[in-house]
Amino acid sequence: MSDVFVVGAGIHRFGRTPELSGLEQGVHAVREALADAGVEWRDIQFAFGGSASAGNADAALPLLGLTGIQFINVANGCATGGSALLSAYWAIKSGEFDIGIAMGFDKHPRGAFNPMPEDSGLPAWYGQTGMMLTTQFFAMKIRRYMALYGISTQTLALVAEKAFANGALAPHAWRREPVSAEAVLAAPMVSDPLTKLMFCSPAEGGVALVLAGEKRARALGRSGVRIAGAAIRTRVEGSFEVFSPSLDVVRGPSPTSLAARAAFEHAGIGPDDIDVAQLQDTESGAEIMHLAENEFCADGAQERLIRDGVTRLDGALPVNTDGGCLACGEPIGASGLRQIYENVVQLRGEAGERQVAGTPKVAYSQVYGAPGLSAVTILQR
Amino acid sequence: MTRMMPVAADLMEFAPDGVRLVAGRRRSDGKFAFPLPGGPAGAEYERVTLDRIGLLWSWTIQRFCPKSPPYAGGDAASFRPFAIGYVEIPGQIIVEARLLAAFDSLHLGMRMVVDTLPIWTAADGSEMISYAFRPVELPEVPA
Repeated sequence: MSDVFVVGAGIHRFGRTPELSGLEQGVHAVREALADAGVEWRDIQFAFGGSASAGNADAALPLLGLTGIQFINVANGCATGGSALLSAYWAIKSGEFDIGIAMGFDKHPRGAFNPMPEDSGLPAWYGQTGMMLTTQFFAMKIRRYMALYGISTQTLALVAEKAFANGALAPHAWRREPVSAEAVLAAPMVSDPLTKLMFCSPAEGGVALVLAGEKRARALGRSGVRIAGAAIRTRVEGSFEVFSPSLDVVRGPSPTSLAARAAFEHAGIGPDDIDVAQLQDTESGAEIMHLAENEFCADGAQERLIRDGVTRLDGALPVNTDGGCLACGEPIGASGLRQIYENVVQLRGEAGERQVAGTPKVAYSQVYGAPGLSAVTILQR
Repeated sequence: MTRMMPVAADLMEFAPDGVRLVAGRRRSDGKFAFPLPGGPAGAEYERVTLDRIGLLWSWTIQRFCPKSPPYAGGDAASFRPFAIGYVEIPGQIIVEARLLAAFDSLHLGMRMVVDTLPIWTAADGSEMISYAFRPVELPEVPA
């Protein structure tokens, strides 16, 4: 079994790019990742790729070269990118391949997603009566959490303010203008307690990562960033997930808690060893709850920790250093890979104005997706 | 008189003392499921009705008109924000439901009772009825 390294990282700017299809943005990211790794497309032995709204990822093959490689399309909700990465990781770890690629892209129409009850195995009345909205789930999860653990709406606003401040420093981010906490609170209410500026939006973008085994990575002179731990976990009974007409009275752990624990054990390290983290921030509350679910703090400690700036770029644990989903938007196929791209850039010390001080050594990422799965990846320099 | 039709069969049971939600209790471990599972999985469940009173577990306000389809409760022109939440029926299950209460009165542990709610009018003039929870004027217990 070989250690696995991220030897190349490429991205197409997130946001809106009317002149390019989602697929073209994905191909752009692949070419950038190949150039970064110093390899050609013909060197790539396999690929895992995902796109939710912009066609099959393997439509990239005619544009990149029909080299006959194994290409597997991945579909795992908002965790599609994380799933593509994990699949590529295991492919190399197994010893079957020594260089491959994980890619993802997307291009969603404007506005909220429009899910239908039948696609989730739910009765038609669930949608007819106005309950088929992901925004409601996120609002109700953080509403209960705020009441139980003393989190204020000001803290929700501070998370969004930080996201936009970081996004302003990230060339690949969609929203490049800082927004004050006051403006976040004053934005139209979408689903109480969450305002429009506390939610991320569906968007566009593409990311690709070239992975290689240890020997290949050393030969390329790109053995700087190693995948130290990775895990995906799905929901268990009692987990609170989107589109649930009912919940068990016996509550259980979230898939994020399970994936975090598995990844930490895999890497043989703990949350105190993490220098920088990218956590799923579908909305402000998600980042707050994910801080605890990923073991970075106790439930309720976020109120103080965020107010004290611990998660800011200059804090002890910078979180969502490129502005996360709030500033980058969420192209489903690419979103989880963006987190890893950002961590690679941070670990290499190439993040420019948003570079975390002291050049971080261990970077953490967690992407969460409906209907209840989480993918965690830990990178080490 | 307007005819009232439930939005689905075997979702609610109507009795003189009020509506009850129809659920399933798994024969193997007694766990509740709502709505009552149908199809092959339905065989694992015994049909039961839930207690009418529960405690508010969480809530939000739907501020924009949901997209249609699937929403059948009207269009943006007629839309009014509505409350939605989860109500814990102690010892049974936590049910997601529309809430009939003043927005600023909502809080965790609030005691609520199941009721009906008209959602839309069908082409034949029938009022399509779903379920909702409204506050009960009783002393509260902590969540």
